Parts: sequence; structure tokens; C-alpha cells
Amino acid sequence: MAQPEIEPIISPILSVGPSFKRWAMALGAVVAWAAMVWVWQLYYGLGATNLGRPIYWGLYITNFVFFIGVSHAGTLISAILRIVHAEWRRPITRMAEVITVLVLFFGVGNVILDLGRPDRALSVILHPHFRSPLLWDICSISVYLVCSTIYLYLPLIPDIAVLRDRTSGWRHTFYHRLAIGWIGSPAQWHRLERAIGIMAIGVIPVAVSVHTVVSWVFAMTIQPMWHSSIFGPYFVVGAIFSGIAAIITAMVIVRKVYGLEAYLKPVHFNNLGILLLVMTCLWFYFTFAEHLTAWYAQEPRELSVFDAKLYGRFAPLFWTMIACCFVIPFTILANPRTRTIIGTLVASIAINIGMWIERFTIVVPSLSNPRAPVHTFIYWPSWVEWSLMAGCFAAFTLLYMGFTKLFPIISIWELDEEPAAEAAPAARPATTLAEA
Amino acid sequence: MARWGLVIDLDRCTACQACVVACKHENNVPFSTPETSARGRLMTWIQLVGVEMPGGTTAMMPMMCQQCDRPPCTDVCPTSATYLNPEGIVAQIYPRCIGCRYCTNACPYAVKLFNWTAPEWPESMAPMRNPDVSIRPMGVVEKCTFCHHRLQQAREEARAAGRALAAEDYVPACVQTCPSDAMMFGDLDDPHSQVAGLAASTRAFRWMEDLGTRPKVVYLREGE
Repeated sequence: MAQPEIEPIISPILSVGPSFKRWAMALGAVVAWAAMVWVWQLYYGLGATNLGRPIYWGLYITNFVFFIGVSHAGTLISAILRIVHAEWRRPITRMAEVITVLVLFFGVGNVILDLGRPDRALSVILHPHFRSPLLWDICSISVYLVCSTIYLYLPLIPDIAVLRDRTSGWRHTFYHRLAIGWIGSPAQWHRLERAIGIMAIGVIPVAVSVHTVVSWVFAMTIQPMWHSSIFGPYFVVGAIFSGIAAIITAMVIVRKVYGLEAYLKPVHFNNLGILLLVMTCLWFYFTFAEHLTAWYAQEPRELSVFDAKLYGRFAPLFWTMIACCFVIPFTILANPRTRTIIGTLVASIAINIGMWIERFTIVVPSLSNPRAPVHTFIYWPSWVEWSLMAGCFAAFTLLYMGFTKLFPIISIWELDEEPAAEAAPAARPATTLAEA
Repeated sequence: MARWGLVIDLDRCTACQACVVACKHENNVPFSTPETSARGRLMTWIQLVGVEMPGGTTAMMPMMCQQCDRPPCTDVCPTSATYLNPEGIVAQIYPRCIGCRYCTNACPYAVKLFNWTAPEWPESMAPMRNPDVSIRPMGVVEKCTFCHHRLQQAREEARAAGRALAAEDYVPACVQTCPSDAMMFGDLDDPHSQVAGLAASTRAFRWMEDLGTRPKVVYLREGE
């Protein structure tokens, strides 16, 4: 009886339309361009960027922090929603978890792009120095990558088995391997749900640790406006914030492209919109606290960075960030009438742009206003840096598209379970949230 | 073991920049042009900068790696490519450096330099490079080492002569060159040394010492 229902989910996996091919070609061209640019950067050195003393970090590190932030989309959100039994999460968890796993590669990738000697990157493992926050990052991110990959894979197994039974040829072999003998016996179901439950809880502290240590890369130094004790929670909040925005953006696109209107309903966007509203307020609270303390104390070094951000060279970026991360999303999301699919999409795109700018205005202004009276300059990324950034976004989109052609982007078996859950009192998700 | 330190008397310093030139020659510091300098890529291990003094005056200070006893740069290095050696010199292992530039960002003095491109010299200058100092490859961080190669040489010469290393055997190029004798070098742990005496004088201050970095470059205030 579930068969006709899942057809709209399965059919896009097994067919490739002309529009998909056109997009894949276009994105592939961007990735190929970026690959050539990277070869040029490897040959010429980081002189190909516009970095210099004292602005040693720029676009690549901004992207690193941004991508790692977006990675909180999936695993963390879906794990929290799973634990609190928010039943409406069912069609969106898979989409979110894929973002996490894929985007982590680009987070780490941007650090590699930023290395003067990427050929020696392995030295970090061969000669580790554990007092360096970068080492903490490497430990934390690799654990997160493993956990979130397992957490993506486990709920995929029953769906892979469905595909295995419906396909032939190379796809059958592929799914047969990945389904690791799933026949859907009660014992298997019991084991699977137990494993998912354990992973859902285990992945939360790992996810929190990841963005905390990313912030510590900055906060552990004594540089003005980096050396801040609230950076850990501030970055975690920003990460969840940009993560939810990324999920909503992906949901709208997938819904439109694959015609999944029956599964991704306005209620999903409304609920995620409320979650996003909460994060908007939290983000504003942290941003306000961070800047008020710097301004009120009037410590000259902190103040020079503060002034550059609020009134100086970085003011256009800073105030765009405030508009994109607070004014626009708050106005849209606080009103139930504008908390529609289009409304949440506009808010999410604004937040994605705003959070990227936030990362930039954390990394660059502090470095542009050093304590030492050395010559400083105005940093604007070079064409090489922009090209590699475009390549990262294109490659991410391409991999995400590729995933939708191999695996169901909506969890089939979890949808099958949904009616049973809906039989429970309608207010159940809300009360569970409150209890939690 | 010695704890090497440098004292710079700002009353004697004429800001002639002979130390800057001597350092560039001694340590094979790559050539820079005004264009590269404007982009923040000036390669120089010593530089004269105007530092605001208490009382509102500006002093021209030769600025180089402050050889901190508690260096903020060494803690953050993910590969131990930069570390505090037993004689108090903040060392930099070029073949281990991955070029992440975390140390350059952690240093409050902004004295660590990155090789953005492969080093270059005009053809006429290339043969004048110092064979005792390795040329840094593209993509690694470098900085003042207190002419560490001179310490190694002095130690070998002392061993060959069958005597212990004396503090006078080892002098960095900037100190040797200074025409007004504004720079003094020696063992800060030896209470009888000139540098230890000067470092204890009332004129002595360390740059940004309120940060707790405990530099071993000591400046003597001018105008007293």
C-alpha cells in the first residue's frame, strides 16, 4: 500500500533529465576552472592571493569557518529533532544530513587551499603539536566527519534495500553491497533503531565541540576582538543558524526540482521558520553582547577593530550583516503570515549571505588593525581566491545533485512510520519539546 | 646554558638602518620592491617603526622578533615547526612548516614573515648570498633567529680550540654592524654581563610587556 506513495521519491533517482545534465555541465565547468586556478596557485604560491602582512588570513579561512558552520545543518538539527520526537522532521532529516557530510569536505578543503605548503599537510598528523588549537580542530572535525557519515548511512540502509530490490545491473550490485544484507527482519529493525538512537545522542556533543574549537582558533590568540570567551557559544549559535538556513534553501530547491510538494509541506517551512526565528534572536543577542563589551570598556586595541567594523572600512559589510542576519529574517519570520515557503526562503538566503559576511568581518578586521605599528593595507580577495570559492560552491552543489541521483533524498521508511506517529495526540511534538 | 638577549639603546640609535641592511645580507632575506611592500609583502627581519611612548612622543625602534620567553607563536603551531629552544631563541624549522600562518597571526608584534612567492634576487645580487644560511622555499614562515647560524659556528670553533663557548664569541650581524654601538648582545642569565646590567636599568623596557610575552629584546628609553 505504501508503494504508490513512494514512487515520486524513487523515480527521480533512476532517471536523469536534460535540465539535470545542463546544470551538471555548467557546474562542472566552474569546478574545472577552479581546478586549473588551483594548479596555478600551487605553482605560483599564495602570492596569487591578495593576502599580505598583517592580513595573513582572508577568504579561504572565511570559507572554512562558513562551511564548518553550515555543516551543523544536518546532523545536529536532525539529531535534536529525532531525540525530541518532532515527527514533522521525517521528510527533511536526510536532506540536512547530506549537507553536513558534503560540506565538511569543503571546510577542510579550504584549510588545504590556505596552506603555503599543502604538500606537507600530512606533517600535522606525523608531527602533531597538541597545544595548537588547529590540532584540536583536526581531531574534532575528523570525529565529526566519521560520526555524521555513519549517522547519514544508518537510516539509509532500509532505503538502499528498497532500491536494491527495484534495480538491476550496476545499480543493483552497488545497492546490494551497501544494503549489507538488509531484509527488514524485526531483529534488524530493532538493532538499526538502537544504533540510530545512540548515534543521535553521541553526535550532539561532537557537533558542539566542532564549532567551539573552530572559534578557539581565533579566541586562543591575544588578538583584539578575537580573544573573547563567548566565541565558543557564539560560533555554535551562528553555525546552527546558518545550518538551518542552508537546509531551508536546499529544501525549497529540491521540492521544486523533484516535485516533492506532497512531502515537503508548508508546515515544515513554518516549523523550521520558527526554529530559525529563535536562532535569529540568539544570534543577535550574542552579537550585541560581543560588541557592547568591546565598546564599553574602551580598550584602545579592541576599539580600533570595533571602530573599523562599525564606522570604518568594514562598516558596509558589518551593517549588511546586521540587515541580513537580523533585520530581514526577524521581520519575515516573526509574522506568521510571511512565514511561508517563499518567506522562509528569502530569510534563509539573507542569513546565508549575512553569516558568510559575519565570518569575514571576524577574520579580516582584527588582522587589519594589528597591535604593532606595521604597514597595513586594504584586503580585497584576488580573482584566484574568488575562483576557488566559486569552485567550492559549485562542487558542493554538484555532489549534492549526484547524491539525489543515487539515494532517496527523503527517507522512505521513516515516512511509512509517520501515520502511526500521527495517531498519537496532535500536540505530541510540542509537549515533548517543552518537556525536553 | 645561556639565555641570549639583545639590548637596544634608543638614545644611541640614529635610525641609520645599517642593522636592516646587515640583516638582509647576512640572512639571505629576499629582495622586496616598493610594489610588493605596498601589498604587505615586504621581507625584512628588522624594520624601523615609530612606536608611541608614554608621554606622547614617538620613538623610532628597530623591530625584530622579540624572542619571547613565553612566545604566543609557538603554542599555536600545529607541527612544532616553531618552538622555543633551550637557549631561549624562538626557532623556525623551515622544512616542517606547512605555511598555515597561524603563528604570524598569533604574534602581537607582526614580525613573522611569510614567503608568498619563491624568493627572488636581482642577478647581480644572487652571488652575494650567504652560504651559511639556507634559502627559504616558497610557502613557509621565517623571522629573525638572532643569527642562529653564528651561534653554531662559534660553538664549533670553540670546540675545535678546546675551550668553552664565551659570550663574546657569538654576535648577530645587526649588533656587529651598528655604527653607534646602540645594540648590545649577550647572556641575560649571566649577572655580570653587560646586557644583564642594562636590562635591569631603570631605562629598560620591553615592548608590549603587559601582554606577558616576556621578550628577550630589551629597549632603553631615550631622553634621560
